[in-house]
Amino acid sequence: MTATPMVEANRVHKYYGSNLVVRGIDLTVAEGEVLCLVGPSGSGKSTFLRCINHLEKVDAGTISVAGELVGYREHNGRLRELRDSEIAKRRSEIGMVFQHFNLFPHMTVLENLIEAPVRVRREKPTEAIERGQALLTRVGLADKADAYPRSLSGGQQQRVAIARALNMRPKLMLFDEPTSALDPELVGEVLDVMRGLAADGMSMIVVTHEIGFAREVANTVAFMDDGVIVESGPPAQVLGDPRHERTRSFLAKVLS
Amino acid sequence: MTNTETHASTERSAHSGDATLKVATARHYGQWIVTTVLIVIAAVIVNSLLTNPRYQWDVVFRYFRDVQVVNGLVTTIVLTVIAMAVGIVIGVLVAVCRGSKNRSVVAAALAYAGFFRGTPLLVQLIFWFNLAALYPVLSIGIPFGPTLVSGAANTLLTPYVAAILGLGLNEGAYMSEIVRAGLQSVDPGQTQAAQALGMRKSQVFRRIVLPQAMRVIIPPTGNQAISMLKTTSLVSVIAIPEILFRVQEIYSRTYEVIPLLITVSLWYLVVTAVLSTGQFYLERHFKRGDSRIQGRSLLATLRAGVIPRRAKVTTEGGRE
Repeated sequence: MTATPMVEANRVHKYYGSNLVVRGIDLTVAEGEVLCLVGPSGSGKSTFLRCINHLEKVDAGTISVAGELVGYREHNGRLRELRDSEIAKRRSEIGMVFQHFNLFPHMTVLENLIEAPVRVRREKPTEAIERGQALLTRVGLADKADAYPRSLSGGQQQRVAIARALNMRPKLMLFDEPTSALDPELVGEVLDVMRGLAADGMSMIVVTHEIGFAREVANTVAFMDDGVIVESGPPAQVLGDPRHERTRSFLAKVLS
Repeated sequence: MTNTETHASTERSAHSGDATLKVATARHYGQWIVTTVLIVIAAVIVNSLLTNPRYQWDVVFRYFRDVQVVNGLVTTIVLTVIAMAVGIVIGVLVAVCRGSKNRSVVAAALAYAGFFRGTPLLVQLIFWFNLAALYPVLSIGIPFGPTLVSGAANTLLTPYVAAILGLGLNEGAYMSEIVRAGLQSVDPGQTQAAQALGMRKSQVFRRIVLPQAMRVIIPPTGNQAISMLKTTSLVSVIAIPEILFRVQEIYSRTYEVIPLLITVSLWYLVVTAVLSTGQFYLERHFKRGDSRIQGRSLLATLRAGVIPRRAKVTTEGGRE
């Protein structure tokens, strides 16, 4: 019984100019698994995450999501980049939440939620609205449907951003430091929503500095430094009893 | 009930009867002096306008609704609208080209903007008008190959076509800079978020980037439209009967130069006022989502600006 993994990365490399920022990452995420990527800033975690939905082009190696290559197709043993519309279609099945929320400021909360389902999936607006309202209730913002993003707090905006991604009914959710731009007292409300998602069996990859959240929610924690995964495993082992010196010194700094 | 209390009432505190301290409005004596001087200057100007018979106000208003003048006005407005439309379309296209990954496309866009911004519009207009001298026959065909369609330049390039080409191409160069600044003002995170949701590049541009860029694009574009209204008077040199051309025709006959120039100026002022109002409402539309002062009409905004003490900042929008 070998189910197709949700995400499979093989020897992924990524350059910025002549700077190699991701240096050969191999990684597998099973369906329903929560993977937390931790590590110092500049270690390539966010860059790798953005390669998964092809916001960044991979320079070498492959990433597949639910068995399909992202951004490329194989042709006579070579990889060809897909056309814009094909890339868009694959991205539509992967939800992403950004550090700075990136809600569309010229649309109301509900308009933010239904834009992609209606424009990309060609759903009927009534269906998208119905589902959107249910999602807003789920993230505790049912009364904010007609508000504009700028009138919301950071925590509320991030919850809307999660609801917006979920309204596309993604197979996989990517979180890029979702609580790093928030005031400390607003972090909890966003983590609560993510905890609920994990409990519902959503496959998630979370780049985070919230070690407590990783310990509690993740099935696997991977520690990245300098473009490589230094070690990965169950949170109790990686965070509680790390084998590598680099992991130990990072955790000592973060947890002090 | 002493004298001190009566005195306090002028500082807006005793009336309410509560103990909290109220803010006394500071008196700005300099402001009073400036206002007085301005009123005197205005009175002098109005007096001279009304008492100097050589303004010939009867002539000004006799020609205000003259058929010739109104026809000219219609031509002016039509030219303004078409030239601005051409300019905006070219401007958006060239601005998008400026952001292309293809360097030859970027170079072409730069060359276009550089040429049309770098030469006088009057020269361009006369150039288009006289293009037949340079190319007597215009044709469409395969470059260096067979010709498909051709025609005499004189019949194709009527004065109107020359005017639209001249005004539109020139405007496009300026609009491309305005649109580019607008597109650059939109946070790249917006594009990423839209792409991550599965939107195609064209959808991202139309639905996410352009509407947000409009906030930056509209004010200078309104400025350009108002400027264009008056720039169209240049086409009188290629014999297009717009409003200035019409009054020139009339005063070359009647020698009522000053009154007729006042007539045109009044019309220009009226149309400018209409355009400014339109700009106000367009700006308000594209500012939705980031304004704390929402849904105010033009009059209400003017009133709030003129009488600032009554202006109330609504807090419905909440945080900034």
